[in-house]
Amino acid sequence: MDLVVNGVEHALDLDPRTTLLDALREHLHLTGAKKGCDHGQCGACTVLLDGRRVNSCLILAISQQGVPVTTVEGLGTEREPHPVQQGFLDHDGFQCGYCTPGQICSAVGMLDEVARGWPSAVTRDGDDGPLDDAEIRERMSGNLCRCGAYANIVPAIAQAAGR
Amino acid sequence: MRTFGYAPADDVASAVSLLATAPGGTYLAGGTNLVDLMKLGVATPDVLVDINRLPLHEVTRLPGGGLRIGAGVRNSELAAHPEVRRSYPVLSQALLAGASGQLRNMATTGGNLLQRTRCRYFMDATKPCNKRAPGSGCPARTGDHRNLAVLGASEHCVATHPSDMAVALAALGATVRVAGPDGERDIPVTELHRLPGDTPQVDTVLRHGELITSVDLPELEVARVSAYRKARDRASYAFAVGSVAAAVHAEDGVVHDVRLAFGAVAHRPWRAYAAEQALLGRPATRDSFLAAADAELAAAEPLRDNAFKVTLIRNLVAATLARLTGAGR
Ligand SMILES: Cc1cc2nc3c(=O)[nH]c(=O)nc-3n(C[C@H](O)[C@H](O)[C@H](O)COP(=O)(O)OP(=O)(O)OC[C@H]3O[C@@H](n4cnc5c(N)ncnc54)[C@H](O)[C@@H]3O)c2cc1C
Ligand code: SF4
Ligand code: FES
Ligand code: FES
Repeated sequence: MDLVVNGVEHALDLDPRTTLLDALREHLHLTGAKKGCDHGQCGACTVLLDGRRVNSCLILAISQQGVPVTTVEGLGTEREPHPVQQGFLDHDGFQCGYCTPGQICSAVGMLDEVARGWPSAVTRDGDDGPLDDAEIRERMSGNLCRCGAYANIVPAIAQAAGR
Repeated sequence: MRTFGYAPADDVASAVSLLATAPGGTYLAGGTNLVDLMKLGVATPDVLVDINRLPLHEVTRLPGGGLRIGAGVRNSELAAHPEVRRSYPVLSQALLAGASGQLRNMATTGGNLLQRTRCRYFMDATKPCNKRAPGSGCPARTGDHRNLAVLGASEHCVATHPSDMAVALAALGATVRVAGPDGERDIPVTELHRLPGDTPQVDTVLRHGELITSVDLPELEVARVSAYRKARDRASYAFAVGSVAAAVHAEDGVVHDVRLAFGAVAHRPWRAYAAEQALLGRPATRDSFLAAADAELAAAEPLRDNAFKVTLIRNLVAATLARLTGAGR
């Protein structure tokens, strides 16, 4: 299998049952993406697939050969964090940190969806104003945080959104 | 997970012929339901025909009016499509009410329609379940059925179809286009899913190897004033416990056209024909909305723990139609 992760091509010999999440963590040793529920219910495994946020636990690696995957490791560097990473640092957007890589990848994908004018369940027609807290909460509802760090995650993302 | 052969297809004809020769195989679309069920040992395909490369990713205008939605169009893209938002708001709202941003980016139109029930016994391979293991019994009848069916169920199965999107499609009278080993056919979306009867293991009228290629929406004036209302146990990222898709045209306080469908109450998205009939030509008031809901729900046969759904749907119908018509505010 040929996987393209954070701009690097990898040739791997994997069982067809391997999920993208397990390929990243167990075989490429990119342990940023986390395994929370393994059933699409928590968002800890969120990565970007061709720029779109997805749950890597419900994706078979074999079906994504050649498709660019971005994990939290590919978003920024320690010297130059991605604006979303900077937002989480500035606002203490985590406690234990387990959900954080998923939150960050999800927020990056979410901000791109907003830039493309995609609506959410709380968007009202003709509503092009800034991304308010209700929008952030709804759009980020696919990422659960067991520590309940939501109160700081929302402003972290708001900062990255330029608010 | 049982191991499987992986067969990516490049066009509709090769996908259909790949699966026609694999009696234990199935199609792989977004995988958000299928891969989950494979992990749980509930789905055990020996071949996966990957249909993600098929040219079914477009939303196009039909020559006579209406829209053709490719089976591979992702739920997120469909919800954001300008023509869908403008002409069929109920569909955009239903999609956005479902799952999460991540899941909607993978989930496809075809896969969403064919997702399986979330009945907990069905999803637990260690439990009896007539749908998963025909003849083994239905523990939900006396067990956990709070979120299961109140309409059209049978003694053999009380499962619900969990899709939000399908409820909007039922209200809109969409048509499912299918290609199979014996050629192509069109199926009204309201007839795609079966009632359980004594063969609950069969979800739909599709035959082995049949591939959904698109879903066609008719041009429908009434759909311009439409909405989806979903009740659930938390504010977001949860399946419906009851939902209503509604489109209505009222003039001078009288209902001239109306479409209604209910979600999370039956083995299929439930088009509420009796309620529609009861409303036509009636005043657009809260009382007639409630009476229309009652006309449909008269057939309800709730179980010990899900009678609340009947009241819930009744109230959702009245609230949604009142908002759309501006009645009784
Ligand atoms: C945590 C969680 C929460 C969710 N919440 C909601 C919710 O609130 N509301 C909601 O509506 N849904 C919800 N879902 C379900 C989600 O919408 C479905 O999993 C998704 O729509 C399935 O689409 P898919 O493309 O991933 O299908 P797949 O998983 O790829 O396929 C599902 C089935 O359809 C068959 N299939 C797929 N495409 C075709 C085709 N073109 N022709 C013939 N057969 C085909 C497959 O063989 C398989 O049997 C949730 C899912 C999860 C995991
Ligand atoms: S309701 Fe249907 S799916 Fe659920 S246990 Fe009974 S037979 Fe199985
Ligand atoms: S680990 Fe993938 S959603 Fe929880
Ligand atoms: S910071 Fe601990 S789970 Fe979110």
